Amino acid sequence: MWRDLRLLAGDIGLVAAKDLRIEWRARTTLGQVVPFALLVLVMFGFALNANRPTLELATPGLLWMTVLFATVVAVQRSVAVESTDGAGRMLLLSGMAPAAAFGGKTLAVAVQLLAVAVVLVPGVVLLYGAEIESLLLAVVTSIAATAGLAAAGSLLGAVVAGVRAHQTVLPILLLPVVAPVLIAATRAFEDALGTAAVNGWSWVGLLAGFTAANVALGAVAYGPLMEEA
Amino acid sequence: MSAVRLEGAVVLLGRFPALAGADFAVDSGEVVLVRGPNGAGKSTMLHLCAGLLPLSEGRGEVLGSDLGSDRAAVRRRVGLLGHDTALYGELSAAENLDLWARASRVDAAGVPGALRRLGVPEGLWAVPSARLSAGQRRRVALAAVVVRRPELWLLDEPHAGLDSEGRELVSGLMSEAAAAGAAVVLASHEPGPADGLATRTVTMAGGTVSADAA
Repeated sequence: MWRDLRLLAGDIGLVAAKDLRIEWRARTTLGQVVPFALLVLVMFGFALNANRPTLELATPGLLWMTVLFATVVAVQRSVAVESTDGAGRMLLLSGMAPAAAFGGKTLAVAVQLLAVAVVLVPGVVLLYGAEIESLLLAVVTSIAATAGLAAAGSLLGAVVAGVRAHQTVLPILLLPVVAPVLIAATRAFEDALGTAAVNGWSWVGLLAGFTAANVALGAVAYGPLMEEA
Repeated sequence: MSAVRLEGAVVLLGRFPALAGADFAVDSGEVVLVRGPNGAGKSTMLHLCAGLLPLSEGRGEVLGSDLGSDRAAVRRRVGLLGHDTALYGELSAAENLDLWARASRVDAAGVPGALRRLGVPEGLWAVPSARLSAGQRRRVALAAVVVRRPELWLLDEPHAGLDSEGRELVSGLMSEAAAAGAAVVLASHEPGPADGLATRTVTMAGGTVSADAA
């Protein structure tokens, strides 16, 4: 059993390293998603008339809405990597456990989203004047929320991979499914930024549950979905 | 020893029977040429034999594994060259093959040898495969098959896009594989360099095998 787990972990690392290397070379996250996300923050600021009290109140929601937009781009890219020139066939023919392929792709998307969050949090501090009261809560929330977004996104990315109009279908499916992440991450950040009197850690628990459920579902469903694609 | 045995194999792509009751058998050490016009079902049959498509009706066995119940067991033991190269464009030839070897749990030390065997110049090993010419990518894709040392080679139009030296290399590889005991199935829609290699030619039309001649 330990040997199987070690092999699974090795395969997850292999797929994640592959996707991150491809991402590093293509510069989609760094060159397109991060500037896009920062622009969205600026636009939200314009839309709310640069009203400091309003922005402070809305900061957690605006931050996670922006990460949500970045999720759509990152997942679409993750799907495209496998569908271009039949590259995904390599993973199927390798005999690798589908759960490992799912885990690797989820990990790679999560790392990219975490990188986006790492840029956006200082962004809201600078642009909206937000203040971080609990750095630990902000960090844990960011990790749990990006993991949940990545797991749900990778699973739905596999669902739509074989659909002709998958680029437009993905956001339609993804946004309602990850609504609990948006709500929970926003509430937890309201606590971390001190903009509302809520217990952020209880919302982190919900994020962890959402992530665990999606990881379990993805580990089971990814194989049949890869076959269909 | 039988490498492939299909009896009345039906494969549905959507509702269309791309394979409509095909009977086909290949023994280890054979080189079988599958001939037929576009849409005859050649590629579908190769993908079925690779365990990539489900069998809707009929019976199928590849390398001792049942295609109806254990397709996953087949995949690790076959090498498939399709119309596309199945390479990650942002990764170099060496990185693609290394990934392929490690994911397949074969020795990655064989990667340089496979690239050399296919005549990929060392100066191109670190170049992202998307920047290689179509012929070079085809050679790298073939090197990926070589590095796995498969027991069953499934090659769809393997000579397409290659220069005369490349075609000779591919023909040599197929002969070597068969001599080493592997089964080789190659599909081609027109007469070409594969004709002289094959120990048997099978003709397909309309998703079935219409002729089988030594």
